[in-house]
Amino acid sequence: MSFRRSLARARYKYVPDHVLGELLSKNWVDNAIPVLILVLTLVVLGSLLDGLVSVSSLLGMSAQYGEVLLVTIGMTVVLLAGGIDLSVGSVFALANFVMLALFNMMGLPIGVAIFGALACGAAVGAVNGILIGYLKLRAFLTTLVSMIIVRAIVDMLLLSYAVKIANPVTESAFWDFISFETLWGLPFSFLAAAVVAIAGHVLLTRLRPGWRILAVGGSRRSAYNAGLPVKRTVASTYVISGVLAALAGVFYASRLNAAGSGTGAGLEIVALTAAVVGGNSLGGGRGSIFKAVLGAVIVLLVTNSVIRLGLPAGGDSLVLGLILLLAVGIDVKWVKNRSKLVSRVYVSPAHMELSERPETAEGSGSPYALNDKLADVELIGLGQIDGPEDPVLDEDGNIYAGTRHGDIIRFRAPDFAEPEVFVHIGGHPLGLTFDRDGNLLACIAGMGVYSISPQREIRKLTDQTNRSLTSIIDDSRMRLADDLDVAPDGRIFFSEATVRFDMSDWMVDALEARGNGRIISFDPASGKTRTILPNLRFPNGICMCRDGESFLFAQTWGCSISRYWFAGPKTGKVDVVVPDLPGYPDNINRASDGGYWVALVGMRTPAFDLILKNPALRKRMVERVAPDEWLFPNMNYGCVVKIDIDGTVTDCLWDRSGTNHPMITSMREHKGWLYLGGVSNNRIGRYRIPGADPEWTAAKSYRGEAA
Amino acid sequence: MSGGGKKARGISQEGIVIAISAVIFLVFAVTQPVFRTPENILSLIQNVSILGILAVAMALTIIGRGIDLSLVAIMAVSAAWVLQLSNNGMPIGLACLIGLGLALLIGLVNGILIAYLEIPAIFATLAIATAAYGFVRSMLLEDNLIYLKAAQDTWFKVIGSGDVLGVPNPVILFAIVALVVHLFLKHAVKGRFLYAMGENPSAARITGLPNRPMVLLQYLLAAAIAFLAGLIMATSVDSIETRIARSTLVYDIILVVVIGGVGLAGGKGKVRNVIVGTLMIGILLNGMTILNTPYTIQNIIKSVILLAAIIVDSVMNPRDEQTSQQGDI
Repeated sequence: MSFRRSLARARYKYVPDHVLGELLSKNWVDNAIPVLILVLTLVVLGSLLDGLVSVSSLLGMSAQYGEVLLVTIGMTVVLLAGGIDLSVGSVFALANFVMLALFNMMGLPIGVAIFGALACGAAVGAVNGILIGYLKLRAFLTTLVSMIIVRAIVDMLLLSYAVKIANPVTESAFWDFISFETLWGLPFSFLAAAVVAIAGHVLLTRLRPGWRILAVGGSRRSAYNAGLPVKRTVASTYVISGVLAALAGVFYASRLNAAGSGTGAGLEIVALTAAVVGGNSLGGGRGSIFKAVLGAVIVLLVTNSVIRLGLPAGGDSLVLGLILLLAVGIDVKWVKNRSKLVSRVYVSPAHMELSERPETAEGSGSPYALNDKLADVELIGLGQIDGPEDPVLDEDGNIYAGTRHGDIIRFRAPDFAEPEVFVHIGGHPLGLTFDRDGNLLACIAGMGVYSISPQREIRKLTDQTNRSLTSIIDDSRMRLADDLDVAPDGRIFFSEATVRFDMSDWMVDALEARGNGRIISFDPASGKTRTILPNLRFPNGICMCRDGESFLFAQTWGCSISRYWFAGPKTGKVDVVVPDLPGYPDNINRASDGGYWVALVGMRTPAFDLILKNPALRKRMVERVAPDEWLFPNMNYGCVVKIDIDGTVTDCLWDRSGTNHPMITSMREHKGWLYLGGVSNNRIGRYRIPGADPEWTAAKSYRGEAA
Repeated sequence: MSGGGKKARGISQEGIVIAISAVIFLVFAVTQPVFRTPENILSLIQNVSILGILAVAMALTIIGRGIDLSLVAIMAVSAAWVLQLSNNGMPIGLACLIGLGLALLIGLVNGILIAYLEIPAIFATLAIATAAYGFVRSMLLEDNLIYLKAAQDTWFKVIGSGDVLGVPNPVILFAIVALVVHLFLKHAVKGRFLYAMGENPSAARITGLPNRPMVLLQYLLAAAIAFLAGLIMATSVDSIETRIARSTLVYDIILVVVIGGVGLAGGKGKVRNVIVGTLMIGILLNGMTILNTPYTIQNIIKSVILLAAIIVDSVMNPRDEQTSQQGDI
């Protein structure tokens, strides 16, 4: 039995189940499929064809690759905005013809000729763009028609000028250079395509017009409602596509110096296949230039190999058609099911075993025994405040508390009658505290640690820490900064409850019961942020001990309170102060009698303690049962306990009826009163502590120790 | 009020097309003596009947909010395989059955890809057109052009070249197909389902219509009709050129359907619209051929008309930013 249990514990300790979900939630995992296809293509075709995967063979393809890539990038940009451009092949042929006509036949300067060819591409793109963007025609049919019209025009022109354009009447060193020479062994068209790819990447990921393209493609309706110029954005993508197809046509002209009726025929299918095989979504919004680059490599390798394999007539269209279908099929299913898959596999429970639950029954003699001391608390701001996780009082006795709406609310002493918005921050403020200069420091869920001066100036202190090397999700950003306290030397220590879940899903972290949280220090002097204690089970409250060298911290799912020394002879040491609480500890704050108040946000239950020992059960539950039916820790009923520095419980406060303060996340002692907050309560409670020092304030307690 | 407006608009679209057809007809009839001969009128109808039959198949899919770009490929490869099989000694009846099987198989693949793999119809059928042509041409056929040899003197030949009371068989077959499809769309339960599905697929699904099987049916029917068109084409000119699968014929079919007034958004249109569109395009093509207009110019004219038709379609059935489907291209 115990062997099996330790085996299970080892299995859940050392097998990183959570990695799969984190991998799948990364955006770059979209690239995994095209990369896999590329590797498969290389292996299969490389074994069928000798010398396919060789430097000379690849270099031989590079000029053609440059052209295909240019067209594919244009197609990708159009796809990203939610459209499609079937006219690229015809534009390619048109630009090829115009280039040769202007340069070879009419003898115009090379720059003018290239400009003319690109202008033709831009013009066709503009017509497409106006029809689709402004007149809202259907992209597929519209570009199909423009493909046929442009192709017919090129064919007509070819009937008259096919011979004349092939014989140059003028020469240009530049034209000869891009026709025949190479730079670093690479043809000019390849380098140009590489430059365009980098520029396109910067455009789409860093610049406003690119973001607009992605926004329009991602959700046209939202983009329209957000006031983005949807029509102009859509139209511009077709111009981009037209110009890039024309540029490819110019390079084709330089390479072959000829035009035929087959020039660029079927190029739209090649580019479309490349873009989609690379993983760019039909319908827009999801994709990248890198995917276009990958897709173009795959498609070019396949088409070239099909030719070299000498398949019977029609074989190449069979292969290309099947690849297109396969790619679109995978894409459709992937887009549809990825989020389902992530939600199925993301939660990955770990093994955890809590010790025996302490007794809490009334009259049992246990220090945690149920009573009704909180029955008659005064209520402050009832219904006027939503989610005061951690109310805090300044020296004048005004209460400050965060709300779910992203405000910090102030209730003015002495009657706390009217709430006023002290500042609006934007995220849910959790832990609050005052520093020595009277600035309010706040942990903001999803944002980091902020400082608010008495003049209401908001300043960000820190929102990122060092990234750990082994983490797959980006754990440098702060997802759920929870509580903080300031050390005598000015350093701010704060807890981040979990790096794997956002504020809205904080309870799901309980189902994992893995050490997903950490304690971080921020040094205002150097501005440096460092993770000092990783892998904690939902670290929550932090409170400086009176020795000035250590602090207490609570691990909510660990049901324990520990002490960490950040200075002095025991620096770096962690001691467990209370190993087995009957509930889930939240914030810790100082008490006037030298002890520490601890809020228990919820109480342990036998059922949840039991399933913590069974990760496989929790995994099955998460996979197969609707979230509403999941077994969560009990968060409906809590209490406040007081401990001394050795962990002995000296007091315990309950609200038996559970009506006023069912869920207590924090409490602050101030001049003989205890102020109670709850992250999902709509009130702040005020409890008169019998026999407490009526002059004691936290500020004095901290300042006294500093002096 | 709005109902009246709709009706007026519907009449005007069909009326406009009929009026334009009449004008074109008159212009050709007055300026081109050859055009107004009974022989030419008959051949005009005969020539467009294949186009018309294919357009009926296309209309079926478009009404169900799909599109079938593989119709021409299905027509060409299945008919070509029938000829090939019969030339190799198979009885023509059996060959026809096998050819029909091939057409239905391609239609089934279309339907599965669209209904169950949820690939957009426009891509699935485009890719299938390419792949089906590639597959049949490379695996089953000996040449691009297959002649009608063995079954030259059988009943088979009559399909596309005979006549009843002076009316050519293709025209009669076009009329039969149109009538059957009309009855199907108008009176069969499945036909009404097709409209419901085209009008609003999610509402149809929530109501309990078998959307996925209906999509299958839609592409199977289209494939079967395309096969019939292929037989007519093969028997009227005694051969079939499979490279027609790569031509722009399929866009002529869309042209016919859209011009006739079948909305591309689905759920709208009747067989009558297809007939009107077929007449107009038939007159136009015939006239241009008599005028000896070059093929490329014909292409441009047809494309410009198609573009105009799509613009009119999008003006009459405008897309709303708030309700348009995401990813609807």
